This record gives sequence, structure tokens and C-alpha cells, in this order.
Amino acid sequence: MQKSLYLTSNGRLKRHENTLYFEIGDEKRAIDIENVEQIHIFGEVDLNTKALNYISQYGIILHFYNYYGFYTGSFLPRKKNVSGDVVVRQALHYLDREKRLFLAYCFVESAVYHMMRNLRERKEAEAFLIAIEDEWEKGRFNISNIAELMGLEGRIRNIYYQSFNQFLPDDFAMEKREKRPPTNPINALISFGNSLIYSHTLSQIYQTQLDPSISFLHEPSEKRFSLSLDISEIFKPLIVDTVIFKLLNNRQLELEHFDEDLNYCYLNQEGKKIFLKEFQNKLETTVRHRQLNRNVSYKGFIRLECYKLIKHFIGDQIYSPLRAWW
Amino acid sequence: MEDIQEFSEIKFQGIKINYLYICKRKLWLFSKNITFESTSDKVLLGKVLHEYSYPKENTKEVLIDNLIMIDILSDGSIREVKYSSKMKEADIMQVMYYLYYLKQKGIQKQGIINYPKEKRKEVLKLTPEYEEKVKQALKEIEEITTKSIPPPAQKQKICKSCAYFEFCWG
Repeated sequence: MQKSLYLTSNGRLKRHENTLYFEIGDEKRAIDIENVEQIHIFGEVDLNTKALNYISQYGIILHFYNYYGFYTGSFLPRKKNVSGDVVVRQALHYLDREKRLFLAYCFVESAVYHMMRNLRERKEAEAFLIAIEDEWEKGRFNISNIAELMGLEGRIRNIYYQSFNQFLPDDFAMEKREKRPPTNPINALISFGNSLIYSHTLSQIYQTQLDPSISFLHEPSEKRFSLSLDISEIFKPLIVDTVIFKLLNNRQLELEHFDEDLNYCYLNQEGKKIFLKEFQNKLETTVRHRQLNRNVSYKGFIRLECYKLIKHFIGDQIYSPLRAWW
Repeated sequence: MEDIQEFSEIKFQGIKINYLYICKRKLWLFSKNITFESTSDKVLLGKVLHEYSYPKENTKEVLIDNLIMIDILSDGSIREVKYSSKMKEADIMQVMYYLYYLKQKGIQKQGIINYPKEKRKEVLKLTPEYEEKVKQALKEIEEITTKSIPPPAQKQKICKSCAYFEFCWG
């Protein structure tokens, strides 16, 4: 499998002849460029166009994050697999109200399914699971536009996040979900994880013919590559949240792994390393796929969602979002 | 004359003839630029084979009319290098198409398919029967690639080694 590389140290990415190095002070580490798909940069890293040109020859994507671990942006090499046909048809699905709502609904449905899946085995959260089911069954047949769908999703997500207090350690209690800025550790973790899943999804979209700026649940006018936000909805509960639960319940992450500034909370370097390691393990974990009869990694499942969307757009097969069956 | 006119209307890359005989769905997807070759190890193997076979030939990868790519061109023949002979019919038709194409331009050659890994080769001459078959194939490609939706996926033995496997069946 093509690897993701996470650079948490400060240093310099450098091309010397036909090798890419990451230099930390006097230490020089060679990067196996043939087997790298994407590089995530968390530290203070210098690089020049010589390195960028070399990196882009291999189609490697660079994702940048700021000091606090928030996504800054990506360097995407020139796209090789462009299909005007797919893009035009993708846009047609956005322009048609019904078609757009169908896809938006699919993303939310899968996200809710995975949220419920996360709570199903936890006795402490049973009341919250029932509340989510009620809300979903009551709301899902009365949706006539995106705003209503977003509203329903927001209400469900609120209940879902509140349930965390039932089964996470007490020192990681959360009153409510806060994004900008996250003011407590659990919000910081969710934000960090969501940044990661966003950039990983973008990497997968980028390998296909989909246009990352034409989205359905989110508005394409949002500042980001909003198709990545759409597809991320499916994988946030499936990947990010399960990683958080594991790290906190196994006491691998403690309060000492967080720094606080005024009303700002974020993972420190050690905390980031722990999170990234577990996150990457999760992405590489494989599940036997029933139709393919092959092992597919969690990362692979993100790619398969992209494939299913292409098939939907070209009129081959109606999109049916992932519902983790394992 | 009629022949040439018809020919100038339907021209395709050689690989499309090959795909016509391997999988019509793959042909359709490829024609829309929906390709996954860059993620396939098999494709990489093929590329490496092309690069390292026949290092002494200096007329390698000759592009004609910005359309068809001849692996190796020499005085009397054109040569196509293939990884394995599993898809022999498709390979033969691809070379027959090249021979037919060159004939329209007034060039007569014979075709050779090299299977360097198997140390085998196939020598081909364009016969009237094959010429007819090529013309039929071109029409068929035209029909398939102008359809608005792809032919449905059909499970074949070769699916599992195809770069499109996860796309079609996932």
C-alpha cells in the first residue's frame, strides 16, 4: 500500500540527486518516494521548488497544518486523470434539486448509521442511541431541502456528542461541541481528527476523476474542496471517533498531552504523535470486502466511495453509501 | 476511395481495439478518460517491460499522427511488445489495426508481437479477412464509445487482475 508520511518535527525537505531527504538538524532521513502517496506536514518545514518538482513527478500530495494542527492547505501536483465527461455529469447532479438532495441524504444517512453503530455496544449510551433513532426516524421522511437535512443532522450530532460523556473518562467531559476554537481536550481531538480525515479524503478524491469542488450536502461555495467535506461525513464517526474512544479509554492520551492558550486547547507534539500513529493504524486496518472478496483498508473504503460516486454520475449504478457491516 | 474516407472518420488509439476484445466496459470507461491505470501494479510491470526490453532498438515508441504508438519500428516490420500472451486475440487485432492504418497511408509492413517473458513471437500479415475484421471493430468501438452509459459489468476470469476491478465490483 502507498504510504502516508507524517512529519511532526521541524526540518527541511530536500532533493539530493534522485533521493528525497527529510533533514532534522544534522540528521538526514531518506524518504522512499516510490511508496509515498501523501505527506502531512505538522512541523516547521522548509522546502524549495526543486523538492516540489521532484515530489510532483511522483504525484505526491502535500498537506500542511498549522501549529495547532489545523489544516492549512494542500499542494496538489498537476492532475493526470481528468475526465471532462465525469465533471460535467457531476455538476448536473448538483444542479438538479432532486438529484442533489438524494446524494446529500446518502451522506447524512451513512454518517448517522455510523454514529449509531458507535453507540450500539455501549450500555451507558443506550438512552442517547434511542434518542438519535427517534430523531432520525421522525425527521428523515420530511426532508424537502438541504437546509432541513442539515438541521436534522445537526440535532443528531448534538445528541451524539453529548453521549460521549457517558463512556469517556471524566476528565474528558464535553459540554458542547465547539469548533473555532476548541476550548477543551475532547473538542480539540475531534477538530484535529476531522482535519486529518478531510485531507485524507481529498487525497483519495484526487486520485479519481471527481472534481473536489462540486459537492452536494455542503455548498460548493464554501471555501474548501467541499466534496471532501461531504465524503468525510461518512468517515468521521467510522474512523476519527473510534480512534478517539480507543486512545482515551485506554489512557493512551492524557490531559498532559494537551496545551492550553487562553481559551484555546490543542494537542502538543507528543499528543499529536500518539494520535497520528493510531489514526494511521486505523486507516491501514483491513476488512474483508464481501463483493470484492478482498481485504480493503479503511483508506481503501474512502476510495471505493469515490468510485461509487463516479458510477452514480455516469449512470452506471445508483449510489448506495457505505454502511459498515463488520 | 470510399475506404479512405470512411477510415478518416473513425480513427482510434490502438489500445481501444485491444480493449474491445478484452472488455467493452473498460473500453467505454477508457474512452471517457476514466482510468485507474496509475494505481495498478500490473500496468507498472508492463511499463518496466517496455522500457527494458530490446535496449538496442533505437526506434522505440514511435507515435504516428498523434494517435497510434508503435512499440518498435524497423524497415520491414512493426513490433508490439506484450507482457503475456493471455490476450492473444486482442493483441493480434491491435497489430492488425496498425498494419491497416499504415496501409491507408501507403505503407506496407508486417507485424510482430513479442512476448519477451515467454520468449515467443507472433508474425502477422494483414489479410483481406483481417482487414474486414478491423473495419468491423472500428465500427463497434464507435458504437460503444458514443453510448451515454457504460456497458454493465460482467464478471470474467480476467477481472481480478484488471486495474478497474475495485471500480467495477466495489
